[in-house]
Amino acid sequence: MAAQGRIVWVSGPAVRADGMSEAKMYETVSVGNSKLIGEVIRLTGDVAFIQVYESTSGLKPGEPVVGTGNPLSVLLGPGIIGQIYDGIQRPLKELSKASGSFIGRGITTTPVDMTKKWHFVPTVSNGDEVSAGSIIGTVKESELIDHSIMIPPDHKGGKISNLVAEGDYDLETVMATTEKDGQTIELKMYHKWPVRKPRPIQKRHDPTIPLLTGQRVIDTFFPIAKGGTGSIPGAFGTGKTVTLHQIAKWADSQVVVYIGCGERGNEMTEVLVEFPHLKDPRSGKPLMDRTVLVANTSNMPVAAREASIYTGVTIAEYYRDMGKDVVLVADSTSRWAESLREMSGRLEEMPAEEGYPSYLASRLAEFYERAGRVQALGSPDRNGSVTLIGAVSPSGGDFTEPVTTHTMRFIKTFWALDAKLAYSRHYPSINWMNSYSGYLADVAKWWSKNISEDWLDVRSQAYAILQREDTLKEIVRLLGPEALPDEEKIILEVARMIKIGLLQQNSFDDVDTFCSPEKQFKLMKLLVDFYNKGQQAIKDGASLADIRALPIISLLLKARMDVKDDEMSKLDKLDADMQEQFKSITGVKVTN
Amino acid sequence: MTAEGGVQYSKIAEIKGPLVVVDDVDSAAFDELVEIETNEGERRLGKVLEVGNGKAVVQVFEGTSGLSIAGTNAKFVGKVMEMPVSKEVLGRVFDGLGRPKDGLPDPIADKFVDINGEPMNPEQREYPKDFIQTGVSVIDGLMTLIRGQKLPIFSGSGMSHNLLAAQIARQASVVGKQDDFAVVFVAIGVQYSEAEYFRRSLEESGALKRSVLFLNTADDPAIERIITPRVALTVAEYLAFDLGMHVLVIMTDMTNYAEALREISAAREEVPGRKGYPGYLYTDLSTIYERAGKLKGRKGSVTQIPILSMPSDDITHPIPDLTGYITEGQIVVGRDLFRQGVYPPINILSSLSRLMKDGIGEGSTRADHSEVSNQVYDAYSRAQEVRALAGIVGKAGLTEIDLKYMEVGDIFEKEFLTQATDENRTIEETLDLMWKIVSKLPKNEITKIKDKYVDQYYKGE
Repeated sequence: MAAQGRIVWVSGPAVRADGMSEAKMYETVSVGNSKLIGEVIRLTGDVAFIQVYESTSGLKPGEPVVGTGNPLSVLLGPGIIGQIYDGIQRPLKELSKASGSFIGRGITTTPVDMTKKWHFVPTVSNGDEVSAGSIIGTVKESELIDHSIMIPPDHKGGKISNLVAEGDYDLETVMATTEKDGQTIELKMYHKWPVRKPRPIQKRHDPTIPLLTGQRVIDTFFPIAKGGTGSIPGAFGTGKTVTLHQIAKWADSQVVVYIGCGERGNEMTEVLVEFPHLKDPRSGKPLMDRTVLVANTSNMPVAAREASIYTGVTIAEYYRDMGKDVVLVADSTSRWAESLREMSGRLEEMPAEEGYPSYLASRLAEFYERAGRVQALGSPDRNGSVTLIGAVSPSGGDFTEPVTTHTMRFIKTFWALDAKLAYSRHYPSINWMNSYSGYLADVAKWWSKNISEDWLDVRSQAYAILQREDTLKEIVRLLGPEALPDEEKIILEVARMIKIGLLQQNSFDDVDTFCSPEKQFKLMKLLVDFYNKGQQAIKDGASLADIRALPIISLLLKARMDVKDDEMSKLDKLDADMQEQFKSITGVKVTN
Repeated sequence: MTAEGGVQYSKIAEIKGPLVVVDDVDSAAFDELVEIETNEGERRLGKVLEVGNGKAVVQVFEGTSGLSIAGTNAKFVGKVMEMPVSKEVLGRVFDGLGRPKDGLPDPIADKFVDINGEPMNPEQREYPKDFIQTGVSVIDGLMTLIRGQKLPIFSGSGMSHNLLAAQIARQASVVGKQDDFAVVFVAIGVQYSEAEYFRRSLEESGALKRSVLFLNTADDPAIERIITPRVALTVAEYLAFDLGMHVLVIMTDMTNYAEALREISAAREEVPGRKGYPGYLYTDLSTIYERAGKLKGRKGSVTQIPILSMPSDDITHPIPDLTGYITEGQIVVGRDLFRQGVYPPINILSSLSRLMKDGIGEGSTRADHSEVSNQVYDAYSRAQEVRALAGIVGKAGLTEIDLKYMEVGDIFEKEFLTQATDENRTIEETLDLMWKIVSKLPKNEITKIKDKYVDQYYKGE
């Protein structure tokens, strides 16, 4: 029986209602005369503490609260791709039909169009035994997505009967029924799943395949694996959002879930405007055909911001269960943590560091634990992955604040954005000394198999140059560059070239915005070769000035913009030219 | 802004700081407008922060001084706070709660609008990409302002941010396609002289009749400052989205706003976040800044230039920090440049306009704009590094190329950055100056510009 109570207290997004002894924890409730959506987050006697997902302005004690009997859930079925949702899966397009340019309150919609007909192709037959998670048919959801219709994960399975033939059906049509123990259950193209409960899986695999993002500093230096976790912390203005947008655009996953969690409205608009025009570099199809947006901008109700992370990750898991690689990008987990802090404050809980609740760490851990490369439930056998990437917005750029430090405990790739780099317009401003990847050894196998056997070796050389430069810089700072011998000066020189020609990447340049793994490797190899040749040349008597004057340098630095992915032969040409030019300077010296 | 009807209560349980707790309340809504009447019959406005269990916590905008437990009445008006709007507000001056301050009667309202506004649906926003020429080279060239953007000025006490904001307001309003424009000026706890400076500046440029002024000066009640930006933005939204005007909103000083918010939070005994500011400061600020923008199918736009003074010039202080996370970039006024007498003393390295990338280039400014600006940033950042190095090893220890960069730094500050307060440069002039700087560098140092633009504009040896 649904709980029916009355509001006794209102303060911002927090509401207390009595007469709620029937209510369950995390049940969704309808609050007040305008039927705002809320969720029960604490029960004391018959008083329920409710966080309300919409503005409570004008709400009065005495107004009714009615339970729905269900926890906060998302609807999972065809029609999700290409949508922009708020934090509780209400499509923003539908909201604008109801309330215009601004978001009104108490509007109920369905997450997807229930009347739209989808072309269903069955993949099982009547009489087949199916279990939870099994695929019974497919639907072409978008140009890029074949959507598998699955038996809900909490279904007890049984024998298929009454299966419909191939054809066009809407979401409410019963596609088949299952029989087990004399019980008949209807199957539709959608089901609901509570957002706070991870979808079950068969088993976990180790994440060993790199998620290729086309961003050199990520793929080459600090890679993330499919099914892995990563975090990107940075002060404002360091380019967090641009980097996340780049990942969402170019990552080689089949589905991207982008959560704008307490961030700028215009950033979501930008994705909405830009993605339909951008083509997936692998399939040539519009990127929007694989993207789902969850937008709960900073000025939208704070409780729905808390929910948005769970809404997003549940959608991601659903597509994972079809056997797809999914990337979920959450911008920003700090705003999500702040919404926890705000609700915790209103609950008058004892605060831990900086006012955050003591369960901040466990909530973060639970969230990142929903990443993984897995074998899905049911038949046929299939593997999918959810890669979780969370932005962190540390206050004052201070990485010792609670959200950053706790996040670092639960993620394996850390892309530390650096305000100093951003100030000098070195983008992406990922600091190569402070960042790390726990997947390097795992994904190295992929690179050596698919790109080049000496990938790890060349990468280590390139990274060593950057590390040497970092120590030498200290000396330069104290004594000036002239204090160094030529064989150390050239380290500074090549490190500068690696920064400009490899680490920096202009996301607004048509060519440079995406870099194939082949090109990444070749650019890196060219620079490392340049270094080795340079050292050799100095040993052979060439001066640093000779090396600095080589015309090849400016070509190497611009190659990232000048050479398209399908013009690798140009890089081979650069290589040949480089060899020639080095020969010329060492040659001159020898004859002297 | 006076209210008819409503329910009156006279049992005041507690008065602390800006809050009044009213007892035995059986009908009050969250956020509802409250009229407090003192013993002497004086009326003050407030709103409900918390209601329940027979109590209502009311925040009094005009402060609680002089209120007493006995004899004070609280009337719950039955609606949230609203601002009357119409075209007649143009040219008018209001106080921090939206009441006329110029001795003229209330404007005849076209409609009454909830001052809290509603969040814009991101799906209904139009992505801002129309370039605003401010005539200030460093802004137009390196941190371009876009219609519908929120671009704050981070400054420190005593620096020339007001001069700059006034110059932008004057020059940005006269250029362009002769669209309907308006300026909404919002003084939040600033000195009377600063507010008067803006008023005069708008008057002299002839923009006053297209402006609306909201003045909460330093001697006005602090709690009123919570409301001031909201009434002003309600008017701005009306002018932009109902009347189709391009509205430039200048708000100064947001630091005073945040301090008022802290005062209320402390009075409510909330768990503080950093430096005593409430944990919801970010969310609260966003409900102000996010009211900038453009909407699909509507002509106008709301562009915000909030000004805030960073306490002890510290950009990591919670107010600039959280602002920077919400706004689309920031213009940072630098103490060093200011001391050297440079105007505008903008520190370009920490400044940024996030919307610049889509508002510049072919068709709006010039095709080479983005790349030449990257190169200028790069050059100036190198110049700063070299200057730091020169401070240690002396000029003698620098290489030839380092010396070039030093020269570039000087030219940048003297010829490009420096500009008179009444000097209005076109974007072409600005871009040419940028090429002049870049042309001081040898060609092989130009790594951020494509060859075709170098061939076209580079004037070095």
